[in-house]
Amino acid sequence: MIQFSDITAWIHQLLLSFMAPWLAFGTELVLAGVAVLVVLLICVIIMVYMERKVAGHMQLRNGPNRVGWHGIFQVIADVIKLLLKESFVPNRADKLLFNLAPCLALCVSLIALAPIFWGPGLVMWDTNIGILFITAISSMGVIGILMAGWSSNNKYSLMGAMRSGAQIVSYELSAGLSIVTAVALAGTLSTSGIIDSQANGWWILKGHIPAFFAFIIYVIASTAECNRAPFDLAEAESELTAGYHTEYSGMQFGIFYLNEYINMGVVSMIAATLFLGGWHPFVLPFDFPIVHAFNDFMNLKFMETWPVWISWISLAWPLMWFLGKMFLIIFFMMWFRWTFPRLRIDQLLKLEWKYLLPLSIVNLVFAALLIVLGLIF
Amino acid sequence: MKALYNYIKDVAYAFVSLAKGLLLTLKYFVTPWKSIITEQYPDNRAHPSVTEGYAGEVILIHDENNEHKCTACTLCQLACPNNSIQIISKQIETEDGKKKKILDQWVYHLDMCTFCKQCIDACPSDAIKMINSYEMSVFDRSTLIKTLNRPGSKLKEKEKVTVKVQE
Repeated sequence: MIQFSDITAWIHQLLLSFMAPWLAFGTELVLAGVAVLVVLLICVIIMVYMERKVAGHMQLRNGPNRVGWHGIFQVIADVIKLLLKESFVPNRADKLLFNLAPCLALCVSLIALAPIFWGPGLVMWDTNIGILFITAISSMGVIGILMAGWSSNNKYSLMGAMRSGAQIVSYELSAGLSIVTAVALAGTLSTSGIIDSQANGWWILKGHIPAFFAFIIYVIASTAECNRAPFDLAEAESELTAGYHTEYSGMQFGIFYLNEYINMGVVSMIAATLFLGGWHPFVLPFDFPIVHAFNDFMNLKFMETWPVWISWISLAWPLMWFLGKMFLIIFFMMWFRWTFPRLRIDQLLKLEWKYLLPLSIVNLVFAALLIVLGLIF
Repeated sequence: MKALYNYIKDVAYAFVSLAKGLLLTLKYFVTPWKSIITEQYPDNRAHPSVTEGYAGEVILIHDENNEHKCTACTLCQLACPNNSIQIISKQIETEDGKKKKILDQWVYHLDMCTFCKQCIDACPSDAIKMINSYEMSVFDRSTLIKTLNRPGSKLKEKEKVTVKVQE
């Protein structure tokens, strides 16, 4: 069967045949970046459309249904509108920081994508501290938000940014602890190691109770880190107009909007990598003949004897599983957003410090106990 | 120990109540053909569904004999908060020589009406009601001033109640 690594090796050889090695390396970096950006932007377009349709149907209405069939071109129309509008800078704002903030926020969320595996061998940077890198980078996202709030010279923006800072710093803890639970189960910090350890079953199945609780805590905490409802205090429109992006217009606002969805995608990818097996298809961690047959079927073992040109189809299989898991978690986050009312700031901090943090500590200790006693599949 | 029990009970109850809300919205999401309640207005213009209780424009009820119940008491005019009702009455002389005030014109300024329904509540003889009309925009503002009583209509005679006195 053809692997992604074969294709990347072939591209590498092709580039080396007419380029200096350093130039080939640079070209490969650019190609990988462009490929990831294109896939990500397509995902964001799907996510925005999905969000509006999910919102509509959960609120007993239709959602967008005018532009194209069932409104599928609504997102494109919105982007064109944003591109045509003026990016206005307020008179007494800090111009440099004001223009820098959206770029910084976007860059931070894109950098966090580097160690994520999209499929077997389909990764930009396979490092042995992948998960540590992602947690370190994703907590930097608050700098862009704080910069936007400060430079706008607007009390609503500043208050929204400060709230967002308090929120991200708090929820980083329980998100980090649930990531540590998954790392303890897998025994490694590298994304490839964590994905390989799930080849015979996802951690949410193999790690049963602690992994399940860690998954739930991670989804709640990451929803808060993305500043999404019910934790969208940073842009609580009834109190703060639009929070940190009150003063932004045109495509600068568009970049903040894009950034929110890319962040959502990134945290969903991390959750899929840690708990739902990355690009691995659904397999069961039991030792019965029928289970083995099922696992072989899900891993497309029957395709190995087929001619090579058909096995090109099997390249899409892990990618499909990965994106499917990502969109499942994104659907969960949208489901939360359109069901729950917004929390107050004291309720938000109480939820983190009195409930989620003690629960995730207890959960981590419990997971460690189970690992030591060998009660994990 | 009691505090710990209460803490765990709180967490469990929180999850149960959140799950209830999630299941409700999931039900709405997976059955859109049943749950969507919005009207696709310009598309369903031929068969719109407007509820009976919708408060649209005011009409004066006429029966099949072109008779209405308005006694020109002007209570609706007094009740109207923004003067959109004008009752013009006239004096007539009845057959037996009595002078009587009857309705001449029931003028309704739809352009000023806020559809507050206070005139309907004020009317002692239930002569007026609100219908569920909603397409009321016009190009000329003067067409919004309407005379509600039809030409030639008159006050409905009160049914004479005959009481048989038992001997």
